[in-house]
Amino acid sequence: MDLSAINPVLLIASLMVAATPLLLAAIGELVVEKSGVLNLGVEGMMIVGAIAGFATAVESGSPLLGFFAAAFAGAALSVLFAILTQFAQANQVASGLSLTLFGLGLSALMGQSYVGVKPPRMGDIHIPVLSDLPVVGPILFGHDIILYFGIALTAAVWWVLKYSRMGLVLRAVGENHEAAHALGYKVIRIRILAILFGGACAGLGGAYISLIRVPQWTEGMTAGIGWIALALVVFASWKPWRALLGAYLFGGVTVVQLNLQAAGVAIPVEYLAMSPYLITIIVLVILSADKSSAPASLGRNFHASR
Amino acid sequence: MTVPLLSLQGLTKAYPGVVANDSVSFDIGEGEVHALLGENGAGKSTLVKMIYGLVKPDSGQMLLRGAPFAPAEPRAARADGIAMVFQHFSLFDALNVAENIALGMENPPEMRDLAARIREVSETYGLPLDPFRTVGDLSAGERQRVEIIRCLLQDPKLLIMDEPTSVLTPQEVEILFKTLQKLRAEGTSILYISHKLEEIRTLCDHATILRLGKNVGECTPSETSARDMAEMMVGSSLQTPQRKTREFGEVAMAITGLSVPAPSAFGTSLKNVHLTVRKGEILGIGGVAGNGQDELLGVLSGEVLTAADAVKLHGQPIGRHGPTARRALGVLAAPEERLGHAAAPDMSLTENAMLTGSVREGLEKNGFLDWGKTKDFAERIIKAFDVRTPGPGNAARSLSGGNLQKFVIGREVLQNPDVLVVNQPTWGVDAAAAAAIRQSLLDLAAKGAAVICISQDLDELMEISDSFAALNEGRLSAPREAAGLTVEEIGLMMGGAHGMEVAHV
Repeated sequence: MDLSAINPVLLIASLMVAATPLLLAAIGELVVEKSGVLNLGVEGMMIVGAIAGFATAVESGSPLLGFFAAAFAGAALSVLFAILTQFAQANQVASGLSLTLFGLGLSALMGQSYVGVKPPRMGDIHIPVLSDLPVVGPILFGHDIILYFGIALTAAVWWVLKYSRMGLVLRAVGENHEAAHALGYKVIRIRILAILFGGACAGLGGAYISLIRVPQWTEGMTAGIGWIALALVVFASWKPWRALLGAYLFGGVTVVQLNLQAAGVAIPVEYLAMSPYLITIIVLVILSADKSSAPASLGRNFHASR
Repeated sequence: MTVPLLSLQGLTKAYPGVVANDSVSFDIGEGEVHALLGENGAGKSTLVKMIYGLVKPDSGQMLLRGAPFAPAEPRAARADGIAMVFQHFSLFDALNVAENIALGMENPPEMRDLAARIREVSETYGLPLDPFRTVGDLSAGERQRVEIIRCLLQDPKLLIMDEPTSVLTPQEVEILFKTLQKLRAEGTSILYISHKLEEIRTLCDHATILRLGKNVGECTPSETSARDMAEMMVGSSLQTPQRKTREFGEVAMAITGLSVPAPSAFGTSLKNVHLTVRKGEILGIGGVAGNGQDELLGVLSGEVLTAADAVKLHGQPIGRHGPTARRALGVLAAPEERLGHAAAPDMSLTENAMLTGSVREGLEKNGFLDWGKTKDFAERIIKAFDVRTPGPGNAARSLSGGNLQKFVIGREVLQNPDVLVVNQPTWGVDAAAAAAIRQSLLDLAAKGAAVICISQDLDELMEISDSFAALNEGRLSAPREAAGLTVEEIGLMMGGAHGMEVAHV
């Protein structure tokens, strides 16, 4: 085994890339859950976003257009969930699970002719001087635009939830939908918007895997990232910066274990492959000792009665 | 005659199967405290929801200072100077006081300015509040202050208060009244909803009485006796429960030095509780909601297990016995929450009768259920307690609150308990049914059972209890002979005014 083959700078740079799909999906789901809705369909929305983004990028030649298509596709799939749970009052857990199964099937169908195709590459940004700095350059200033978007989104969601009126209303709806309704807030409308936002974020996260991280299309390529995103939201105690931390931890362990595999460390591959999931969950369980922060109306359907 | 602030003209609202309001008309003058009286289900809540824009009337109109007024949503009503304090608080437990208040305002100022204004207004009206405390940690009285201050910050012309005193101690009620009188002096009109007649007699200028959705009369409360108003509400003469005998036997149930930690983050821990109740005695336990009532009921019914000899029945330790074992020994309980605790909402009355009656009524043999016998038992309850339902096959959820309450209490009373524990036995029940339930408790005690009645309705406790104790922050006061207790003494037993002070006028 040869650990010296591992370049720490490349390691950190690729850790950020590995973490971004998870971060995008988790931030979207965090907003959804803050509004009091539990959407277990993240995995399904991600994979549909992955193929929609991939197909659009291949056909149009523009990766950026692919990302727009992915966000749109994720949001479109979440409309289905919104109709089921907000209008038809269906059970959120069952609807979310079926959304995931539906998304996996649909993406396989959509992606039949794209297996083995190479997508157009998304260029990394290049800032003169800054990007050329040793160490700092490749880590901080040498990534694609979507990665920065993910971090900016985290900051924006944090700010909106904490300081803006919109965020306060969103939290109020998730906390006590009956009281919010009595004060005259449109519970259903706010929740649908949150669900759409969550769908768009999940779609972006999926496309990041198929267009940048991997980049190719294979069936079921999201490989449970949607589920990790769901767990991440809970263990991050519904706090955006903690979700970012968890996502980077997951990304970091993923990249390290891949490097260790490549370096031929004498640990069975199966153990290395499971390590990111295991370590992320353990750390976040320890971090989430304060469990009181779950939105009180989470998972409960709202129906305006008299 | 001057133009009234708000004039309601022929308001009608029908829901499938029930007319909630049937052409209701009355006026609220400027600077007037107007009472809206009525039994549960008389249509008071629907009426105020129309004024507040939560419900649209089917017909009829409202005039605000002579101009047509039809708020499409609460926001519009608030913009026109209508503010409302809800019966079940519309507060958000996990948010702080300032955030809760900001949510009820149209254009809230910056958080820091808002906090300063909250401090200023709360001190002017003698309702001190820290804007940055989490609402989930506040007492019921403090939560109400949040609601009131939320309204006051918008300089309302009309303040609607839906049963504001049901969760307050007598001292807190007095301070609330001082605040309301100060508001009236400043020219704010108040629409005050209650079924507590003495309060209305002291506070209100005019009263409108609703019965079954119709306006059945108006009166000047200070010139009308409480009994006359009650009879206008009910539409018939009232029967006061009668006690036949007052003979106490030996101690039936006793709790000694019991402390139980709070079951949840927003629960209350019980601290060194001592309690004894004799055969034939009714022990009334008062106190404001959230001071350990649910926890005490859990300890008595067996839902919460304790050290074996902390709870004793006829001298035998039963602290480790669960509810079923206690039922077999004759300790029965009827909790407060009807849907979900006392009864399973989606199960039929027969099934609900089986749930608590199986042990004592012999409805179960070798693991098989005797549905025929259970149905007879359910029918017996329905008959004896005048439960209005098409039959025992109906789901518990389909009954009105009062009828389900009669069923829940009747189910326990008919099992001939040695010790019966009830929490809020007449909560949300109309006066006639409440009198029937109280009578059944008195009859049960007369037959030699020990009854522990936990309630927030002090009039009820004074009417039926032999001795009285109060819960305050999980501590139970020493019991006192109920006859001759004054309201002030009871208030002090309940912990006084929780740090409130009288308004600075």
